[in-house]
Amino acid sequence: MVFKEEVLRFIRENFVLDEAEKLQENDSLLEKGIIDSTGVLELVSFIEEKYNITVEDEELIPENLDSINRIAEFIKRKLTNKA
Amino acid sequence: MLLQNFLEESAYKFPKKEALICGEERWTYEEINHKSNQLATFLRDQGICRGDRVAIFMDNSVESVISLFGILKADAVFLMLSPTLKPLKLAYILNNCQAKALVTHASKLNVLLDAFEATPTIQFTIFSGDKTKIPGHYLSKSTLWDEIFSSSCFSPLVPCCNIDLDLATIIYTSGSTGNPKGVMLTHLNMISAATSITTYLENVPEDIIINVLPLSFDYGLYQVLMAFKFGGTVVLEKSFTYPYEVIKKMVKEKVTGFPGVPTIFAILLQMDDLSRFDFSSLRYITNTAAPLPVPYIKRLREIFPHARLYSMYGLTECKRVSYLPPEEIDRRPQSVGRGMPNEEVWIVDESGKRVGPGVVGELVVRGSNVMRGYWADPEATDRVLKPGILPGEKVLYTGDLFKMDEEGFLYFVGRKDDMIKTKGERVSPKEVEEAIHALEGVAEAAVIPVPDEILGQAIKAYVVPKNGYSLKEKELILHCKKMLEDFAVPKYFEIRDSLPKNASGKIDKLLLKKEIERNGQ
Repeated sequence: MVFKEEVLRFIRENFVLDEAEKLQENDSLLEKGIIDSTGVLELVSFIEEKYNITVEDEELIPENLDSINRIAEFIKRKLTNKA
Repeated sequence: MLLQNFLEESAYKFPKKEALICGEERWTYEEINHKSNQLATFLRDQGICRGDRVAIFMDNSVESVISLFGILKADAVFLMLSPTLKPLKLAYILNNCQAKALVTHASKLNVLLDAFEATPTIQFTIFSGDKTKIPGHYLSKSTLWDEIFSSSCFSPLVPCCNIDLDLATIIYTSGSTGNPKGVMLTHLNMISAATSITTYLENVPEDIIINVLPLSFDYGLYQVLMAFKFGGTVVLEKSFTYPYEVIKKMVKEKVTGFPGVPTIFAILLQMDDLSRFDFSSLRYITNTAAPLPVPYIKRLREIFPHARLYSMYGLTECKRVSYLPPEEIDRRPQSVGRGMPNEEVWIVDESGKRVGPGVVGELVVRGSNVMRGYWADPEATDRVLKPGILPGEKVLYTGDLFKMDEEGFLYFVGRKDDMIKTKGERVSPKEVEEAIHALEGVAEAAVIPVPDEILGQAIKAYVVPKNGYSLKEKELILHCKKMLEDFAVPKYFEIRDSLPKNASGKIDKLLLKKEIERNGQ
């Protein structure tokens, strides 16, 4: 899925490299120490701009954002709902 | 009285009461007390003796709480290490205090694998989490968390030999040399601080405290210690990364106490329409690290109309120094208040003489909460612990510059040395400069504090690239994130061709600071 690659690229370019290099699609970004509260906000702005979607406060939850797979699924869901 | 008595007495008085809510898990006092007894017995059986250091390296979790009490019950000294610690510093700390054992989580393996070889004093490691992630050769030297509690027959816990003058914990804090220093705190130190704080917060057993701060930060650790003292409940979160989750928890669990720092309140206040939530249970909010900006105070009041706002100040060496009674916050929003109960504070000039209102000087603290000194560093200890009023007594010279108003309320002015106070943590510029120098292509680096409304002070780094190299800000940030704990990563970078030097050829930081005063960061 193209979202996965794009999100992974964003994470590799913007967060700590060592960890992001080894990152698996289902790894928890929080547990791996890749993302913190500012990181989540950066990630959300990236998603909003890149895919032209609006992420609501209620959607800022680990179920949507805490792994590459979850983020990709979340983007897919948002785009489907929009269409 | 020993620190673990907080848990034991609450387990006796309120055995079935919920002590800890962590994710989906809910733990009673009786359960936590029982598990910590089992852990203590295990530690003793493994050869942990009175006064031995045992480190805890994991995210906020029920395991970290059980561990700290288990270690105390084994008459040992616990170290609650920052979960964002990097391998070099982790190894330094474990070696510095000669830690004998480590309690950790499988998710920390990436950091541990790099530190293990360098920490020969560690005799055994206890792992919680997914065991399939632990490489075979470590598994053979480790114990799994669940195995400790699986045995049904347990030898009874041997009574403690410690008295309240013995060490309960060592908390590592940034030192001016670049290496962290271990603040030694006795049971008496911690019981005194916890008693003073719960007195002015007027805590009751019905209190439910939400803690999003790491337990490695003494502000976070004390939320658990204090709640266990008064028999309250702690809702323990790993972090404030997902603020919406935390807010839902606060409403669901009818939280009465919310300790935070300005960075947390800043994120909270950015969220839309918080007025739709029912926060009527919230009785108080505490803030430390930096005074809250006045507009924040106003907005926090609108969102949390029932909550009293406490502005506070402290340092690891004595835990807490002062608090501002909530009714004073509108009159003196920039003040961090007065000394807490059972503690005396005053301000001295360079010669050690007490100064009057309006005069800037170093803050001195006298109380049973003042630490025993820095671990294995008598010289650094003598610089901050100096003779007090009574023979043999020591008082703490904080290194923080303050002034007092006519009514005795305190105002933070800055640091006496070049340490930076950011997000409530002290950061050594030297440590950050050394980290930056480790990046290829860096010729010079200078780190200074700049005023910041939210962080208190923010960290600014000036970097000069070597000839033939070009450095980018992003590259520097990523590098620093790899080398340093989160709070020590500079907020601002400025890449320059050269830096001003003073007569002795050193980088002239004073001049850089003056530039900031003139032009802003």
